[in-house]
Amino acid sequence: MKTAEQVAREVRSGATTAMAELNAALSAVRERNEELNVFLHVDEKGARAAASRIDERVARGEAVGPLAGVPVALKDNLCQNGVPTTCSSRILEGWRPPYNATVVDRLLAAGAVPVGKTNLDEFAMGSSTENSAFGPTKNPLNPSRVPGGSSGGSAAAVAADMTPIAIGSDTGGSIRQPAALCGLVGVKPSYGLVSRYGLIAFASSLDQIGPLTKTVMDAAIVLEAIAGHDPMDSTSLPEPAPSLVAHVESGVVGKRIALVRELVDGADPDVVASVDQAVAALREAGATVVELSIPEFRLGLSAYYLIAPAEASSNLARFDGVRYGLRVKRDDVTAMMEATRTAGFGAEVKRRIMLGTYALSAGYFDAYYGQALKVRTRMIEAFARAYRQVDMLIGATTPSVAFEFGSKTSDPMAMYLSDVFTIPTNLSGEAAISVPFGTGEAGLPIGVQLLGPGRSEALLLAGARVLEIADGRP
Amino acid sequence: MTLRNGWEMVVGLEVHTELKTATKMFCGCANSFGSEPNTSVCPVCLGLPGSLPVLNERAIELAMAIGMALHSTIAPSTFHRKNYFYPDMPKDFQISQYDLPINLGGYLDLPDGSRVSIERAHLEEDTGKSTHLGGSGRIHGADRSLVDYNRSGVPLVEIVSGPDIRSSAQARAYVVELRGILIATGASDGRMEEGSLRIDANVSVRQADAPFGTRCEIKNLNSLRSLQRAIDYEAARQVDLIEEGGTVRQETRHWDENVGATSTMRTKEEAEDYRYFREPDLVDLAPDQSWQDRVRAQLPPMPAERRSTLRARISEPVPTVLDAVEVVIDLGLDPFVHAALDRGVEPALALARAANELAGDLDGTSRLAAAAFCDTLLMEQRGELSATQAKTVLAELLARGGDPRDIAALMGYEQLSSDSLGSTVAGLIEEFPDEWTRYRDGDEKLAQFFIGQVMKVTKGQANGKAVVAELRARR
Amino acid sequence: MSSPLRREDVAHVARLARLTLSDAELDMFTEQLGQVLEHANDMASLDLEGVVATAHPFGLINVVRDDVVRPSLERDVVLAMAPDSQDHRFAVPRIMGESP
Ligand SMILES: [Mg+2]
Ligand SMILES: [Zn+2]
Repeated sequence: MKTAEQVAREVRSGATTAMAELNAALSAVRERNEELNVFLHVDEKGARAAASRIDERVARGEAVGPLAGVPVALKDNLCQNGVPTTCSSRILEGWRPPYNATVVDRLLAAGAVPVGKTNLDEFAMGSSTENSAFGPTKNPLNPSRVPGGSSGGSAAAVAADMTPIAIGSDTGGSIRQPAALCGLVGVKPSYGLVSRYGLIAFASSLDQIGPLTKTVMDAAIVLEAIAGHDPMDSTSLPEPAPSLVAHVESGVVGKRIALVRELVDGADPDVVASVDQAVAALREAGATVVELSIPEFRLGLSAYYLIAPAEASSNLARFDGVRYGLRVKRDDVTAMMEATRTAGFGAEVKRRIMLGTYALSAGYFDAYYGQALKVRTRMIEAFARAYRQVDMLIGATTPSVAFEFGSKTSDPMAMYLSDVFTIPTNLSGEAAISVPFGTGEAGLPIGVQLLGPGRSEALLLAGARVLEIADGRP
Repeated sequence: MTLRNGWEMVVGLEVHTELKTATKMFCGCANSFGSEPNTSVCPVCLGLPGSLPVLNERAIELAMAIGMALHSTIAPSTFHRKNYFYPDMPKDFQISQYDLPINLGGYLDLPDGSRVSIERAHLEEDTGKSTHLGGSGRIHGADRSLVDYNRSGVPLVEIVSGPDIRSSAQARAYVVELRGILIATGASDGRMEEGSLRIDANVSVRQADAPFGTRCEIKNLNSLRSLQRAIDYEAARQVDLIEEGGTVRQETRHWDENVGATSTMRTKEEAEDYRYFREPDLVDLAPDQSWQDRVRAQLPPMPAERRSTLRARISEPVPTVLDAVEVVIDLGLDPFVHAALDRGVEPALALARAANELAGDLDGTSRLAAAAFCDTLLMEQRGELSATQAKTVLAELLARGGDPRDIAALMGYEQLSSDSLGSTVAGLIEEFPDEWTRYRDGDEKLAQFFIGQVMKVTKGQANGKAVVAELRARR
Repeated sequence: MSSPLRREDVAHVARLARLTLSDAELDMFTEQLGQVLEHANDMASLDLEGVVATAHPFGLINVVRDDVVRPSLERDVVLAMAPDSQDHRFAVPRIMGESP
């Protein structure tokens, strides 16, 4: 399948049309969606309208954006005006937002064609897309395996060649982990680089939107299109989108990189081997690589599994049956709210709401939530110390390749542990990228993670590009 | 009202004021009272999934202005979420300031010379509004409620006093003085009946100089009358309870204006666990010196200062005049009075017309030019208009604006010439010889009698002062 | 900091969160939440005395918008979302108590 870069170039030159590219995407969706359960909703009508608008503009000789005619899959926690948006939850079934997320507006402005909404773990809570109320998504590379999560549907859309690019959200690894498990590039941008307006919040201080793509260049193009200050998001960084595409081929000559022990400890041997080979490739390309231990990373999981549920318990309070979505009828409003929430939320969502409510409740706040926020401070300080020595960090994205369905569903703690390498960056609010490098068990892809300070996306993309070339995708 | 047997009440007030901004606290929806239900709502103030709040700069500045007027310290502050489920609150949490409010400390001096300390004045958002169907239209007994979210997200400042108030009259004076400050800063229109000022009172009792007793919080006192009655009732209830050997339970109580009593709403044990935590969708607020200076530079004089300025211009400070001064200062009408005094209007007349006619139609004062006010009063003072006519002209000016001369002409207010007034008075002297004798002998009260008779004859067309002048001339 | 989670704690939290749990769910959550909290006890190994809590990754301050009216949503669109409405308002069943 063509990359987004190719599609946009050909649409602009007239070698293809947005409509032709859309038709190809739609037929790929028709072919495999039933088997893989990638899209929860395909907005064929809206997509055709967007595609023909692009084609008309090309015909009139008007300038079209960097994603002209590129079909894009949207994780179903992004609001799109008039298009069903469910967060893979019964509680939002049938809801159509009356507004666009900023990211959707920016994609449209860049010429992209939103094709539909992809499956996810309910409210983005999970690492396998098994927690969707509408059934799990299968990994296109091996349908007995999970695609990862929570952006599993978005990852699968690209991996199954349904769309060249997809948008996901990453709260504790939810872009990078499925990217790794599906053999894709996934970026968790610096907190505030991409507006969260219109992203249905899981954990507000951790959530970031980012791209899932086949190539590093496509990731740069998409990120450049969706990044930059948004007055609708108070936590949005004040500056316009950084220049990224121009830096993709910058290489790593003279860069200092640290292999972090805590980002490979406990990983499967084939994963560790891939990281080692990636280190060798970076050295080969002119970087200096040292080894480093950052013990604070070990506490990330604990802090994360208090902070994220605490914020989520409050963010998800609004789903009460009063204004939109599901309502289960009862005689008084409290009983109605309780019945609605009990029927509307799945087990994992309830588990995290319970955990977060507990962590914030009187008598436990200081011991749990308050303590977790201090650990977060320690995490940020530890990153800062590391970045005084090196330009970026390297490690594994996930401890293993894509796992079998059901292998971790009965043990929440085991599932939570699959996020152990990705969580530290969410806590610090800094940038990270996962790039495919080598394969492991059953020939499945392995993801290598590069981490950098806030606003280091250009650096990380250049590093990932070096690995992409070394892995045989020039 | 004083309490019996040496009991003393201890009262602290929490006053919530809606801020007079153009838009809501976190979104661009119009902050307008009384629009059609659910027409001033958007994804943000409806709490739709994915929406995010962004602070209204004007709301912050008005909050700072209130703090400055209350001698508070403007402090670096944060926003928290106060979590509880309620259908009129779209996100099922309220964004409010918690441990770090924008205004810390301060005080308010009352006209009687007492001082009430201010603990804090913080920003928060208002909720939507429910109407209850079935039953008596009240929440209890209703079987269905309807919610309008127009008010949801309207900016509020909550001003928390120290427990320094010792009587319901002082509580009232505090609210009145505070209301004057809110109006002066432009933060609020101060209208309690429309709910733009809402008060909770914390009441406890103790023997003089003993430690504070257990307090009860009385919610939602929406008029000065309710405030005074509720505090008096609650203090007396607590004294009765203690004297009968009982103990006061810490609880939230509801004031029923019709019954004239407070009743238990929620005990301490039933209190919500609000699970406060920092609002992650907002960043910290730390107004720097130059921002603060800008706000301070725009602060107009506060009621206390305006009160002494106005009093200084009054030669005869009799009680009715001083009462009028209070009303005029509370409602911010003193610029009209000053303008009139500058033009030579008698203080008593200027104050009376401002405290009665202008106070009766505050909305109208935006249409009333100070010059038109002065002209009307001068016409009255010169006897060109009777008191009744002058009031009618003012009412017209407040309703529609315009020139008082044109209005007087249009209404056919022929001025009563001194000739015809003279003959009317002469006729009355003949008609009432006994009264005239007593007046001539120095009984000034009889002047009122003759004015009344002249009014009767002229159907209110005469000017009282002109009548007195006529009587004096014939004495 | 170690606080073994009790079944009644879980029941209390469920009430706060407006969730109804079956007996089996109560047992399951008591065990599973207990595990997560137990794992969280590893934070006690770090000396956090005097450490400032970070609620937010980057230190932006004073982010404000101008007090300028922007269009609101169409009321028909707003009420079309409502599970129940009447007289242009969102309708809910009986409210049992006043707002706290
Ligand atoms: Mg409050
Ligand atoms: Zn709004």
